Amino acid sequence: MTRLDSIDALEKLRGDLAAQEGAGVVVRVCSTGCRALGALSVCEALEREIARRALGSKARVVRAGCHGLCAGAVAVVVDPQGIFYQGVTTEDAPEIVEETVVGGRIVERLCWSLDGEAVPLKHDIPFYKHQTRLVLRNCGVVDPASLEDAIAHGAYSAAAQALSDMRPEQVIEEVLASGLRGRGGAGFPTGRKWQFARAAEGEPKYIICNADEGDPGAFMDRALLEGDPHLIIEGMIIGAYAIGAKKGFIYVRAEYPIAIQHTKAALEQAREAGLLGESILGTGFDLDIEMRVGAGAFVCGEETALIASIEGKRGMPRSRPPFPASFGLYGKPTNINNVETWANVPRIIEEGSEAYAKVGTEGSKGTKIFALAGKVRNTGLVEVPMGATLRQIVFDIGGGIPDDREFRAAQMGGPSGGCVPADYLDLPIDYDSVKQVGAIMGSGGLIVMDDSTCMVDIARFFTDFVQSESCGKCVPCRVGTRRMLEILTRICNGEGEIGDVERLDRLGKMVLATSLCGLGQTAPNPALSTIRYFQHEYDSHINERRCPAGACQALIGYRILEDTCTGCGVCLKACPVGAISGEKKQPHSISASVCIKCGACHEKCRFDAIVVE
Amino acid sequence: MAENATPDRLVSQGPSEDDVVAALDSLDARPETNLIGALQEVQDRFGYLPSPALEAMSERSGIPLSRIYGVVTFYAQFYTEPRGRHTILCCRGTACHVKGAGRVLEAVERELGIEEGESTPDLMFYLETVACLGTCFLAPVIMIDNEYFGMLTPQKVAAILQNFRAERQ
Repeated sequence: MTRLDSIDALEKLRGDLAAQEGAGVVVRVCSTGCRALGALSVCEALEREIARRALGSKARVVRAGCHGLCAGAVAVVVDPQGIFYQGVTTEDAPEIVEETVVGGRIVERLCWSLDGEAVPLKHDIPFYKHQTRLVLRNCGVVDPASLEDAIAHGAYSAAAQALSDMRPEQVIEEVLASGLRGRGGAGFPTGRKWQFARAAEGEPKYIICNADEGDPGAFMDRALLEGDPHLIIEGMIIGAYAIGAKKGFIYVRAEYPIAIQHTKAALEQAREAGLLGESILGTGFDLDIEMRVGAGAFVCGEETALIASIEGKRGMPRSRPPFPASFGLYGKPTNINNVETWANVPRIIEEGSEAYAKVGTEGSKGTKIFALAGKVRNTGLVEVPMGATLRQIVFDIGGGIPDDREFRAAQMGGPSGGCVPADYLDLPIDYDSVKQVGAIMGSGGLIVMDDSTCMVDIARFFTDFVQSESCGKCVPCRVGTRRMLEILTRICNGEGEIGDVERLDRLGKMVLATSLCGLGQTAPNPALSTIRYFQHEYDSHINERRCPAGACQALIGYRILEDTCTGCGVCLKACPVGAISGEKKQPHSISASVCIKCGACHEKCRFDAIVVE
Repeated sequence: MAENATPDRLVSQGPSEDDVVAALDSLDARPETNLIGALQEVQDRFGYLPSPALEAMSERSGIPLSRIYGVVTFYAQFYTEPRGRHTILCCRGTACHVKGAGRVLEAVERELGIEEGESTPDLMFYLETVACLGTCFLAPVIMIDNEYFGMLTPQKVAAILQNFRAERQ
């Protein structure tokens, strides 16, 4: 691409691209998240079919980012009609081309359906209807590998506006007035952070994008970087201009190969086009951004640890103050924001803080992206206004719990968060309300749990996670989480002692109050919040040696119901250790001493003849 | 994580001096300014971080060897021993956990006869768990090199591993 040496050149290119765009049918295939289920082969099959029928001038395939409804992978949207197809395979390609691309008709069997009725249009599907997709508006639309496509969809116009029409202080004012708070979890006002970094003495200044999305169950940052990387770069240009930084870093975790690939390519394209580097768009403002890839340490999501990691050190946090705004990367003023925070910035500049702040609650403005997963029908990425309720997210958008089981809790905020029980389904979610009920907004992971999820096991699971990810620098976190894990493990194994819950509670509060960094200061939340809402489950484990959810392996066994078993032999074949015996057509039985409780038989039985007890 | 590069020769002998020199000469990242990036490049080449390479890196850059080892041993994704050619990452994230990731991991371990953090004797596979692959909608999920396998059951795991091995032999 030719270098854009002025804002006029950018706008001219945008105009030219819009003129070229034309009518034509665009088939947008999610090629990031859905890649796991063969999205790239689907793209190729569609392209082959379009080429075979010489439709090249009328239709094209876009390898887009995530459409959001991951439960419908491979997800395809056919524009301009906005038809949503799910579960698409390579075999469906000819039919999609014949019916929809050429004929403009709908392939009903690929549509999302409600009570047997096909719902062909994306915006009619409840999953999308109840969302407010602002930050994600181009995710799933643009081709993340193409700067031109991003520009055609408005990329870099906000950066151009900030660089040409606004003073840095004005940019900060605007971000302050928008009420944007850090989307990485803690919710600190972004504008304030920028003010501090701008006011801090010392040169050079740095900006960092924290894409070390380590919370299990969170994938919004991954989707943003994979699906709309130029949005993040644009946000960073605006931020760097505001605080006066000339050098930036995007720190991506190694577990996200597609995000790494797309971010790297986007940075190169932006550099080539003069959107990064010296005198961006001829405005005289310089900024270069470098990508760094993590090496597998959850604690590096903590800002001071992340900075240490970029410096080539062990990723250990240090105590704050001094905050990175005054003493950050290489000891210089540094502003660090999360991916989703950066993604919000261009819209604030474009639409103005007032329009931005119309969405949201009193203390939390804008929208929040949640990664909805676990025991919920429509797993995927969901963007809702701050103040939406859990019920809206889990039931209206998420479609409720599979098999109509009972909603038990939503785990919010990953290992730093907590389990929010059914009593709070109608609580408007924002930074402050979630904190009051013992969880945190966190980065926005939202794992739905039903009555087959054991809350003690969940507490043990997260404590295990933070214990192994504790960097070991401070004693409360290093030793405290280990002791907590020992107690939780013994409760899950049916060896809990009277007084363990109280011990856990006391220990948790101590770790929370005395740890060095955010990891330790929030590590006890999963245990404390489950004690707060589900103490009866702890009591069952300790007093009755029973796991009410039937999840803790040491406390359960599998049994075949003689009356229901047909002797089909499926379980016998499924058992990896030969614990099941029985004659064909006769009721089978499980030898408890051989059984490893893997659950394979339970899963395979078509007659519900195997029970957990 | 791309296919792990450990050639069989390295497993028995380690890299030659020439290999090490070539690796360090071709680094994009400079250890002085981007130590982690430089280590990642060396590891991409050898499949692990052979001690002669780290010693040479220390000598060239002036970074004390103790500091380099401090970094190497801190991060989960640096390896000082050769590993199997294909890395299996078993996700133990929350969504996977509530959908039976524990049983999937057990099935992988059973099928390969190794535990987390070990390689198969033929160095075909190296098994590791990971906090979250960020593909929660595929839960429970594993990743072999850069390929995802989702919505797993213990049975599916056995078939996937057998196919994977068969395809590469």
